[in-house]
Amino acid sequence: MTHTALETRALCKSFGALTVADQIDFRLETGIRHALIGPNGAGKTTFVNMLTGRLAPSSGQVLLGGGDVTRLSQEARVKRGLGRTFQINTLFRGMTVLDNVALGVAERQRVGGRPWRPASAYAHVRDEAVDLLRTFGLETDARRRVVDLPYGKQRLVEIAIALGLQPTVLLLDEPAAGVPSLESGRILDALAQLPAHIAIMIIEHDMDLVFRFAQRITVLVQGQVLREGPPAEIADDPRVHQAYLGERRG
Amino acid sequence: MDALLSSLVSIAFHGVAYGMVLYVISVGLSVTMGLMGFVNLAHGVFAMAGGYILTSSLGRFALPFPVAVGLAFLLVAIGSMALERGLYRHFYGAGELEQVLFTIGLIFMAVAIAQLVFGTLQQPVALPPWLKGQFPLLGRDFPAYRVFLIVVSGAMIAALWFGVERTLWGAMVRAAVDNRAMAQSIGINTRQLFALTFALGSGLAGLGGALGAEIIAVQPTYPFEHLIYFLTVVSVGGLGSLRGPFVAALFIGVSDTACKYWLPQFGAFFIYAATIAILLWRPTGLFGTRV
Amino acid sequence: MSETGYAASPRIRWTEWLPWLAGVAVFFLLPEYLLFGARILTYILFALSLDLIVGYAGIVTLGHSAFFGAGAYVAGILAAKVKLTDPIVLLVAATVAAGVLGVTTGAVILRTRGLTQLMLTLAIAALCLEVANKATPITGGADGLSGVTIAPIFGLFRFDLFGKTAYLLCLVTLLAGWWLVRRLIYSPFGATLTGIRENSDRMHAIGAPVYRRLLAVYTISAMIAGVAGALSTETNQFVGLNVLGFEPSGELLVMLILGGVGRLYGAFVGPVVFLIAQDALAKQFPQFWYLGIGLMLVLVVLFARGGLLGLADALAARVRRSV
Repeated sequence: MTHTALETRALCKSFGALTVADQIDFRLETGIRHALIGPNGAGKTTFVNMLTGRLAPSSGQVLLGGGDVTRLSQEARVKRGLGRTFQINTLFRGMTVLDNVALGVAERQRVGGRPWRPASAYAHVRDEAVDLLRTFGLETDARRRVVDLPYGKQRLVEIAIALGLQPTVLLLDEPAAGVPSLESGRILDALAQLPAHIAIMIIEHDMDLVFRFAQRITVLVQGQVLREGPPAEIADDPRVHQAYLGERRG
Repeated sequence: MDALLSSLVSIAFHGVAYGMVLYVISVGLSVTMGLMGFVNLAHGVFAMAGGYILTSSLGRFALPFPVAVGLAFLLVAIGSMALERGLYRHFYGAGELEQVLFTIGLIFMAVAIAQLVFGTLQQPVALPPWLKGQFPLLGRDFPAYRVFLIVVSGAMIAALWFGVERTLWGAMVRAAVDNRAMAQSIGINTRQLFALTFALGSGLAGLGGALGAEIIAVQPTYPFEHLIYFLTVVSVGGLGSLRGPFVAALFIGVSDTACKYWLPQFGAFFIYAATIAILLWRPTGLFGTRV
Repeated sequence: MSETGYAASPRIRWTEWLPWLAGVAVFFLLPEYLLFGARILTYILFALSLDLIVGYAGIVTLGHSAFFGAGAYVAGILAAKVKLTDPIVLLVAATVAAGVLGVTTGAVILRTRGLTQLMLTLAIAALCLEVANKATPITGGADGLSGVTIAPIFGLFRFDLFGKTAYLLCLVTLLAGWWLVRRLIYSPFGATLTGIRENSDRMHAIGAPVYRRLLAVYTISAMIAGVAGALSTETNQFVGLNVLGFEPSGELLVMLILGGVGRLYGAFVGPVVFLIAQDALAKQFPQFWYLGIGLMLVLVVLFARGGLLGLADALAARVRRSV
């Protein structure tokens, strides 16, 4: 039996008269590479924010690993294995690259609140963070402040932080946004290396990246699921084309 | 019974006059904070400046009262515009701590300058004779000065609301408060809009400080002493809103007057407690939509 | 910025002993200034508590004097009205009282942000001032609380007119406070606080219980401020309304910013410079004093956000480069 890593049932969200998520039924299978696409304003970020618990849905359910987490806080969902990256860089800008990753690792190891021994005494936290940086080729930047890093590397730090939480589900919100095309190859390489058991949902505008990466694609338009299927089917669907062309015309 | 009624009427009357003045002073703060997200603790400085302009125009230069009030508005508006261009704009993107410290610094300087120029004593207000007497209304006598305050502030508020609801400038302000990025993308020059709105809001504070000089004493520590009242009006009323601060100002005006009359032994205790309670109940204020 | 975090060495550097050396030297070399010295030490402890929440956790508060005042009044009232005069017991009582006030007000304040949060800190401090002002039978109201007598420490060291005992008590208490704060900021908990200041959204996303951590640090900070308040009561054997309200909060913020916020030793440098300058200038030229303070604040936030220590760091870096 295939296990569903993340699932939504009839998820809705409206702000007053404006409906931004309309009866979304969504399944993310274990270990899959899944892409969520859709024109601007389709409600992708709203959807992700409801998955992570940043935003409460108006109705419907979110299930993580089969358990209902609709009422749980962001923190509790992270503890149950839900990791995310942000579309716009949201790093600890003034801190070192190492500390950026170590903060997350410490929370996962449940030592983040320890007030007495110095942080540097928690070698297992630091070592794990350094290992993570190494997998992304960032170990030489460990002591640099994040603000001093080129943008492409900052995006890698973003992914490294999420991985430090050892998620079973990872939501990547436009991991290559704003990265010059020369560097975006490195992001794709990094994504290809992510552990196979993690279920990954990626939100991305770069269709090239989406079709190289994803095994399944969900198309969201005006808060509704327009189509879901393997990349080949999505590429041939006239309605998907229309949704995107419609955007270009408007 | 009649004694109670008459004290009720008197409290309501004095409270409304006080509340109107508080509103005229604070409304600019609500708009600029909502518009620019700028924590301007030094807003009271503009009100104090208005007060000093009025008292010296009347006392030293013997100008007619309406001219003095007009001058207070105009000079404060111009002065604030210079401050905005010279200093404030450097802090628009800055953190809350920087804005707080910068504006506290401005308060310190304003207090010191006021002391150097005018001394530490409260300034006398040389009211013209037509504002000194009583004004008969419905068989009671009301102090003419406060009647004048209510009427003039009311007219000002009506003009302001009309301006915000019906003019292009008002539409642009409302758009920019709602969504700054959107406003910029449709071609609104937000920089100019900020400068103009800031000047208008500060000018109103100067006007309020001048009109209310007899109620809120003009002396150097003015911006510190009344800071909490101005901020309360804005935070309880709701940032970026026009109606909210009006309700809040009237509420504070009336309840502060009532507390001082009936329960002087508790001072401003109930006002602060009520402020805390309201902010707990509605963290964005009564009419606010954003934090 | 003093470096903390997972790669920082927590070893105490030799420069970090300098303040204590100076503190001991003052005791022997400037015996006529010990009461003033005790005041400075008290303010350093108070500034240290503020730095923990403003500099490290990034909570902007205009009402930190509420905790200093609570500590001062609790110690004063216990000594004057209940005749509980043991100085150590009073310190403990003030810590507990300020801690209770901290955790209850923090539980409220930390749920909000922005202007609302700022306003709440201000309103709570104003409320405390109003209570102290109006509850005259207990607090002495505007006349202040007199009749405070403090027993000798451990029954041995009595509080003398020259402030010898008070100075040493303040120095030792500050040492304990500094050690506590230093441990906190070098710990994983301290790293979390910096993380919350830098980006609280991200802290939520990595599963950190942000609210609980903030409440913890807010309470600890309140307790330290309460200790400072009690020290001030024991030194002066008097409590006045000037320990409460917006002005002492604002003044403390000025001291911290002057020294350098979020760098531990800014809380040492700021009060020393501020209070000595105030002592030398404020009485003769009160207006120019305030003008200078205001101007300094504006200049610091415009050009030197690291305060005096930040300037010193920048200068040292320049010297090193040119050598």
